[in-house]
Amino acid sequence: MSDKYISLVNGGVTGNLAKKLGLPRPSVLRRQVTGAPLVTGPVLVLGGTVGSGKDADAVAQILVSGELGDALDVRRSADGASSVRWGAVVVVLSEAVHPDDLSAPVRELGGVLRALAPGARVVTISRAALADDAPAVAAVRQGIDGIVRSVAKELRGGATGNGIVLTSATDGEVPVTAPSVLGALQFFLSAKSAFVDGQLLTVSSSGGTTPASWDRPLEGRVAVVTGAARGIGAAIATTLARDGAKVVVVDVPAAGESLATVANQIRGTALQLDITAPDAGAKIIDHAVARHGGIDIVVHNAGITRDKLLANMKPETWDSVLAVNIAAQLRINETLLASPAFVDQPRIVSLASTSGIAGNRGQTNYAASKGGVIGMVRATGPLMAATGGVANAVAPGFIETEMTARIPFATREVARRLNSLQQAGLPVDVAEAVAFFASPAAGGINGTVLRVCGQNLVGA
Amino acid sequence: MALPSSPTPHQVPPTRLTDAVIVGGNRIPFARAGGKYAHVSNQDMFTAALEGLVARFGLQGERIGEVVGGSVLKHSRDFNLVRECVLGSSLSPQTPAYDLQQACATGLEAVISTSNKIRLGQLDSAIAGGTDSISDAPIALSEGLRRAILKASHAKTLGARVKAFAAVRPADFTPAAPSTGEPRTGLSMGEHQAITTARWGVTREAQDQIAFNSHHGLADAYDSGFFDDLVTPYKGLTRDQNLRADTTLEKLGTLKPAFGTSLSAPATMTAGNSTPLTDGASVVLLGSRAWAEARDLPVLARVVDGESAAVDYVHGREGLLMAPVHAVPRLLARNGLTFEDFDFFEIHEAFASTVLSTLAAWADDEYCRTELGLDGAFGTLDRSKLNVHGSSLAAGHPFAATGGRIVATAAKLVAAKAAETGRVSRALISVCAAGGLGVAAIIESAAAGAESTEEATK
Repeated sequence: MSDKYISLVNGGVTGNLAKKLGLPRPSVLRRQVTGAPLVTGPVLVLGGTVGSGKDADAVAQILVSGELGDALDVRRSADGASSVRWGAVVVVLSEAVHPDDLSAPVRELGGVLRALAPGARVVTISRAALADDAPAVAAVRQGIDGIVRSVAKELRGGATGNGIVLTSATDGEVPVTAPSVLGALQFFLSAKSAFVDGQLLTVSSSGGTTPASWDRPLEGRVAVVTGAARGIGAAIATTLARDGAKVVVVDVPAAGESLATVANQIRGTALQLDITAPDAGAKIIDHAVARHGGIDIVVHNAGITRDKLLANMKPETWDSVLAVNIAAQLRINETLLASPAFVDQPRIVSLASTSGIAGNRGQTNYAASKGGVIGMVRATGPLMAATGGVANAVAPGFIETEMTARIPFATREVARRLNSLQQAGLPVDVAEAVAFFASPAAGGINGTVLRVCGQNLVGA
Repeated sequence: MALPSSPTPHQVPPTRLTDAVIVGGNRIPFARAGGKYAHVSNQDMFTAALEGLVARFGLQGERIGEVVGGSVLKHSRDFNLVRECVLGSSLSPQTPAYDLQQACATGLEAVISTSNKIRLGQLDSAIAGGTDSISDAPIALSEGLRRAILKASHAKTLGARVKAFAAVRPADFTPAAPSTGEPRTGLSMGEHQAITTARWGVTREAQDQIAFNSHHGLADAYDSGFFDDLVTPYKGLTRDQNLRADTTLEKLGTLKPAFGTSLSAPATMTAGNSTPLTDGASVVLLGSRAWAEARDLPVLARVVDGESAAVDYVHGREGLLMAPVHAVPRLLARNGLTFEDFDFFEIHEAFASTVLSTLAAWADDEYCRTELGLDGAFGTLDRSKLNVHGSSLAAGHPFAATGGRIVATAAKLVAAKAAETGRVSRALISVCAAGGLGVAAIIESAAAGAESTEEATK
C-alpha cells in the first residue's frame, strides 16, 4: 500500500533524475507527532496594518500567547526578514469590505510564497458572502474563496492552503476569537491537516470551547466508531483514543477478530453489531452508557461499495449500499437524538466521500449514499444545536487503504497524482479531521463537510 | 471502659459466601479437525479466545484473580499452557493461571472451581475455559524409541550412546498414534455409547431428530444475532464449521452407521448424530458482584452449585457417558429443586443417543430405584427447553472448550428469560466425559436483586 514513487522522487539519484525529467515530485507530508511544534517556523499574520487591523491583531495576539498549545514566533510584517522560512501565513481578511482591500495583504502573501518552509500553512480568515450583503462586501468575501483555492494549487513542499469562513449567527457576527475559529486555526496550522488542502471551513456560531489540553482534547469523552475493524475506521478509533476518548469500536460480527485487535490496542471495547439492524442505535447507546457511563461522540464510518454501472446495476446492489451507508445512519441518529444520554455537547461525524460531491462513473449507488450523508448532516446539525451538539461530515478523496490497493496499478497511480499534493492521503489524515469535528472546539461548526482530498481536481 | 463483647479483634471473621456471577463469555468458532485451524495450536486458540473476551469487556491491563483452563490433548511442551496464554494476551501479566484437565468436563469444572473460589472470597474475578485441537494433537514416539533416547541422553560415553540406539528396531519408528479409545477397555467412546444406546433402545429416528434440532437451533441463534457477543471470528471462520443449517431428516437418514455395527442390536449411530472431532477454545468471565459493578460490567447469571459423578463403566455396570445421570439427582436434591424449576436444560451432545439415554434413564422407574437409589423415576423434562440454541452436534466439541461454550450460552439464556418474565430463571448443565466422568451445574439469572450471602460454616 505504500507509495514508492514518493520515496523515489524525494531522494538520491532517482530524485535528481525525477527533477531533471520534470516529473511530479510529491513531498513527504508533515504528519502529527505528539510533542512536535505546531508549525515549522515563524508565523506571519497579514491583514490591515499594525494598529488598524483589529482582527489580525487579535489573531496575532492569540498565536503569541500560546492559547493554541505553543507560544509562536509571530510577525505582523515580512519586511526585513529576508532569510526567514515561514512556518505559516495567516491572512486575516474578515474586515475587508471592498475588493480593493485584498490588494495589499494578498500581494504581501505572494511575496513570501517562495519563502515558505516545507509543510508550511497558509490560512485565511474571512467572512461568508451572503445574499443580503452589499454587493461590494459580497464580492470581496466570495473573492477570497477563489484566492484560497488558487493559492493552494501554487504551494509546493507539502504546504497547504485553507480558509476559515465566519458566517453571521443568530447571536450576531462570529468574532475571529470564537472557540471554533481558534480550533479550526489550530487544526489547519498543525500537521493534523496534512492532506486537507484548498478547503474552506465555515464557523457558524460562537459555540464550543477550546480544550484544556490540545494534546488530549477528548479527555473524559466516550466515542463510538462504526466500521472500526480496519482501514480508516481503525485509524479513527486510534486517533480518538490518542486524543483521550474512551472508544467503543463497532463492526459486523464477521470482522470480530480484527475488531478485537483494535479494541485491545486502544484499550477500548469491541461491539460486534450489524448497524443495519433495527435496534442497532439502542444497542450502541446501551453498550456505551452501561460500560463507559455515557455516549458523547458517534462516528459513522461503516460503509460498503458495490460498484457497477447504473445500466448494469441489480436492485440488491443498489439497495445494500444505501442501506448500510445512509439508511442505517439515519436510523441510528434518530435513536441518538431521542436519547437522554446524548445531550452533553454531542458530536456526530459522518464519512461522506468526494464521490458524493463530484460523482464517479460506476458509483451511482455509492454517490447517492455519500451525497445523502452530506444532506443528512446539514439537516441534523440544527437539531443538535440546543444541546451544544454539532453534526458534520468528512469527505475523503483518494486514501491509501486495502480498498484502494485493489485498484489496478495504472489507474491507481493516476488517481494518486490528481490533486495538489500529488499523492494519496493516509487513513490517519481522515481520522485527524474526524477527531477535530469530534472535539469541544468544533462546537461552532455545524452541518458542514470538510474534504480530506489534497485538493483533488474532481468535486467542488 | 467496657471490653468489646465478641469477636475479639484478633479473631478472623467466619467465611461468608458471596455470589459468583457470570459476566459473559467468548469463544472462537469451532472448526472441524483438519479444517481452518489445522495449523493452529491450543495456545493460539486459547489466546485468541482470551483476546476476544478482553476486547468485549475492556479488560486490557486488568489483573484477573485467576485464569483457569486446560486441554485434553496436550503437548508436553504446553506445561503452564494457560499462564502462557495469559502472557500472550492483553491482560495484566500479573494475572495468575493454572491448568486443569477433566476430559470433556474440563471447561465446566474450570467454571465450578473458579466460581467456588469467588464464592469463598479467595478471588474477586476469574476467567475459566478450555481449548482443544485434534488437528494439532500430540503424537508420542514409540515406547522403544522413547526409551532409547532417554537412555542415550543419560549416557556418559559415546559408546554407551551408540549402544543405546543400537537397541532400536525398525518397528520403533512407528509413532504411537493418539486414540480416543478408553485406556481400560480399548473401546472408542462411540463403541461405548453404542452399547448404552442398545441398552436403552434408543432409535435412529430419535437420534436424527436431536441432530436436526441441534443444527437448526444453532443456525437460528446465529441468524438472530444471539452469538454476536459470544463468538469472535478467528482465522477467517465466522461460524462453527460443522454447522449445517440446511440439514434435513432425510439427509441425516441416508448416513451409514458408524458405531455399534458389531453389536447384535441394529446400529443407529452415524456421523450425523455423533459429534465430529473439532478444534476450538472458549472462555467465561466470572466475578463477584462487587467486582463486576466496580467495572460497569454486566451480570448475566450466578453459578449456584456443581456436582460431579463417576460410574463403573469398566465392568459394564454402567455406560461410559452416563455419569451425569448420577450427578444431576444429587445436585438437584441438595438445592431442593426439580426439573420443573428449570427453564433451560443444556445436556452436552457427545452423541445424540447420549442425551436420549440420559433422558430415558431418568424416566425409568426401576433404574432410578436400583442404580440411583431414588424412590422411583427421577422425572422427564420438557423437551422444548432442551438445548434450545443447539449443542455439540451442530457446534462441534473441542473437548475442553465445550463447558465454556455451554455456560456462556446458558447464562445469556437465563438473563434474557428473567428480563422477559421478571422472575428468576434457571438452567441445568450436564456434561459427560471420558473415564466414566460427569459434571453437572446449576446457573441462575442474577441481574437484579440482593446478594445472596450466607455463612460457609452454616
